Amino acid sequence: MAAGVAAWLPFARAAAIGWMPIANCPMPVAPRDNSRKQDELIILNVSGRRFQTWRTTLDRYPDTLLGSTEKDFFYNEETKEFFFDRDPDAFRSILNFYRTGKLHYPRHECISAYDEELIFFGIIPEIIGDCCYEEYKDRKRENLERLQDDQEENKDIKLPNMNFRETMWRAFENPHTSTMALVFYYVTGFFIAVSVITNVVETVPCGSTANHKDMPCGERYTVAFFCMDTACVMIFTVEYLMRLFAAPSRYRFMRSVMSIIDVVAILPYYIGLVMTNNEDVSGAFVTLRVFRVFRIFKFSRHSQGLRILGYTLKSCASELGFLLFSLTMAIIIFATVMFYAEKGSSSSKFTSIPASFWYTIVTMTTLGYGDMVPKTIAGKIFGSICSLSGVLVIALPVPVIVSNFSRIYHQNQRADKRRAQKKARLARIRISKSGSANAFLQSKRNGLLSELLELTGKEEDEQKLLKSPSLLETQHHHLLHCLEKTTAHEFVDEQLYEHNCLETALQTYRSSSPAIPDSPVTTCCGRRRERNHDEANTTLPCSHLVPSHQDPLLELSAFQMQRCDLRPPGDRSKLNLRTNDRISCKSGRITTAIISLPTPPALTPDGDSLHGPTLRSCSSNIVKVSAL
Amino acid sequence: MLSMNLEGLEMIAVLVVVVLFVKVLERFGLLEAGYDDSVEDELELSAVRHRPEGLEQLEAQTRFSRKELQILYRGFKNECPSGIVNEETFKEIYAQFFPQGDATTYAHFLFNAFDTDHNGSVSFEDFVMGLSILLRGTVQEKLNWAFNLYDINKDGFITKEEMLDIMKAIYDMMGKCTYPVLREEAPRQHVEVFFQKMDKNKDGVVTIDEFIDCCQNDENIMRSMHLFENVL
Repeated sequence: MAAGVAAWLPFARAAAIGWMPIANCPMPVAPRDNSRKQDELIILNVSGRRFQTWRTTLDRYPDTLLGSTEKDFFYNEETKEFFFDRDPDAFRSILNFYRTGKLHYPRHECISAYDEELIFFGIIPEIIGDCCYEEYKDRKRENLERLQDDQEENKDIKLPNMNFRETMWRAFENPHTSTMALVFYYVTGFFIAVSVITNVVETVPCGSTANHKDMPCGERYTVAFFCMDTACVMIFTVEYLMRLFAAPSRYRFMRSVMSIIDVVAILPYYIGLVMTNNEDVSGAFVTLRVFRVFRIFKFSRHSQGLRILGYTLKSCASELGFLLFSLTMAIIIFATVMFYAEKGSSSSKFTSIPASFWYTIVTMTTLGYGDMVPKTIAGKIFGSICSLSGVLVIALPVPVIVSNFSRIYHQNQRADKRRAQKKARLARIRISKSGSANAFLQSKRNGLLSELLELTGKEEDEQKLLKSPSLLETQHHHLLHCLEKTTAHEFVDEQLYEHNCLETALQTYRSSSPAIPDSPVTTCCGRRRERNHDEANTTLPCSHLVPSHQDPLLELSAFQMQRCDLRPPGDRSKLNLRTNDRISCKSGRITTAIISLPTPPALTPDGDSLHGPTLRSCSSNIVKVSAL
Repeated sequence: MLSMNLEGLEMIAVLVVVVLFVKVLERFGLLEAGYDDSVEDELELSAVRHRPEGLEQLEAQTRFSRKELQILYRGFKNECPSGIVNEETFKEIYAQFFPQGDATTYAHFLFNAFDTDHNGSVSFEDFVMGLSILLRGTVQEKLNWAFNLYDINKDGFITKEEMLDIMKAIYDMMGKCTYPVLREEAPRQHVEVFFQKMDKNKDGVVTIDEFIDCCQNDENIMRSMHLFENVL
């Protein structure tokens, strides 16, 4: 329950009088408020600045420093105030949390200082209000990244237990880890540059020889270029193989973009080796060499800027796609119009609509090569409209798209963040709801447990297991209790409920077998006999959290179900009501009986179907608690 | 034919130019017009505020002491700084106490019971009057209040339909996960029991006198009326 609405609890309890005339059973006793202290002003002295507030304001959150008795450690007897040697500015927002129930994050505060204050005062940061939560998370993430960056720099220290393969991989990934790696990096970089330059220079005409006109250098100094090419490819192959060997996950490495580029770069050489004589094919494959230029992208491994650029382009692909699409639309329209406008004129270059595309693109981007010009009047008019609209279509949206892109990009980031936070926030809400519901169920079980412990006389366990909840909680639980009484139904948790549903479904399918399982429904005497049977493992159902010890409770519920089924509903149901009553009402006269469920074979086969497995999973001495 | 084509095309060309220009103007024109609209929207009045009557008057009208009224008002004003609670806020606040179920229907009935002047909002006076009856009133007054709560249309009679609505609202607050499993007929059965007990002359409605008589004869109810006396 949000302590923010703690002020309304008295009202909700008073309004519970509306249930009283409806209820058929007596109500539980109200918890007494023994601490009848008058509400007093508390002075909190934080490094000299005095804050004052009511005691009840601080008591709203009993699991924080200020709300619990922990603040007594800071009490100063002479000045009769609580002194904290902390930052008064940050304390303002903390005290406001008590006052308003919402924790705000002041933007001018350093995130780590604020976090420290929160930890000191025992407040978890997850309850920061929605208005400030995003900012808080952003700052926190930035801080974390900064810390991580620092850590990554520290990773350069050689870790002791790395085998050769891992060392190699690290050398490849971070060239500045060792001198060898650096040397290797520069060597490969040099050869990349050499191979690119070779490719470029190969095509330059090298001056004429005696027999032919200008030849490209590649054909003139074939051997030299071939040797250089071979050397580069050797280096690249060796590098690729070494990377492949050192990669922690070879399959993943082979699928990565960089390795594909590597492969594509060295493949043409080998293919060229194989098919040397076939002129046409090898000519085609020479063009594959151009992929070698993509080796330059290997530098992106070490350049942050290139990485960001690549990521940016990838993420704004949709915006670029839209620009392209609108351009395409305009091009098609204008090309069609120009084609039909120029159809009439003779010796027109606009032979087809695709042929007009070129004119449209050149005109719209205001290049204006002049290789295709309209000759008719209509063509010229449309041509001018085309160029004007080209200016509009391209020049206007491009800045808009650029700014749109940056805005949408940031918005997407924020939307994703918010979506992720929304999930976390919903989870928080769900947890707090189930937490408060579970708290009530837990307190009920504690109540039951305390009575049982009274009977078995294990005092020390009682002290250990019960933790005293705050007055607010007891009052809230009392309220929920009254509701239970009014409706004569009890709150249970999800798992139990689901199991009950399953139970009822099974019960309806079960043929009403006259063969009643004797043991569970043996009369009271049978059970009383075993009452003094002191079980060694009195693992009472309530002593642990519900999920791990569902089975005893399951038995209880199954138990009750069977009883309801088999006897006439009239008096039995009343008996059930009253037993519920007794369990929950904490009235003095509970006669509890501890029975042990006999081993599975004793049950009838169909009753066994569900209970059997669960029974077998428990220990053979299953302790069940039931009230007579 | 050709010339006609050309003229047609030229006309189309001119039309296209004009349309383009108009469109561009429209785009900019619309933007300016939009600003005017948004300025007017901002002049909307902010939320209604309410200040309660003086402390002395409230002291006279209710059975709370001065200090208690101070404490109550501080809590109330903290939760609702504007001084009044509308139905939505009320439902939200009340729903916080019953996380497992759906408390909105019952909160609606409760709101109507507190909102004595039926103006759609609960001010501090309504709040404190209601509390005064519930916490410091005589049993007669409390039963009166409860009767008022059940009588949805405030006609002085509780019919089975009204009671069924109230009962369903209360059972809704329990939610789904209950033991024993909540069945569809449970509220109806409960209403039957209630009417059997309360409706003495079996005319299908419960009047205020029948209600008070019956409650005063039932010791469970009498005892539970005094349950919340030390709430404040």
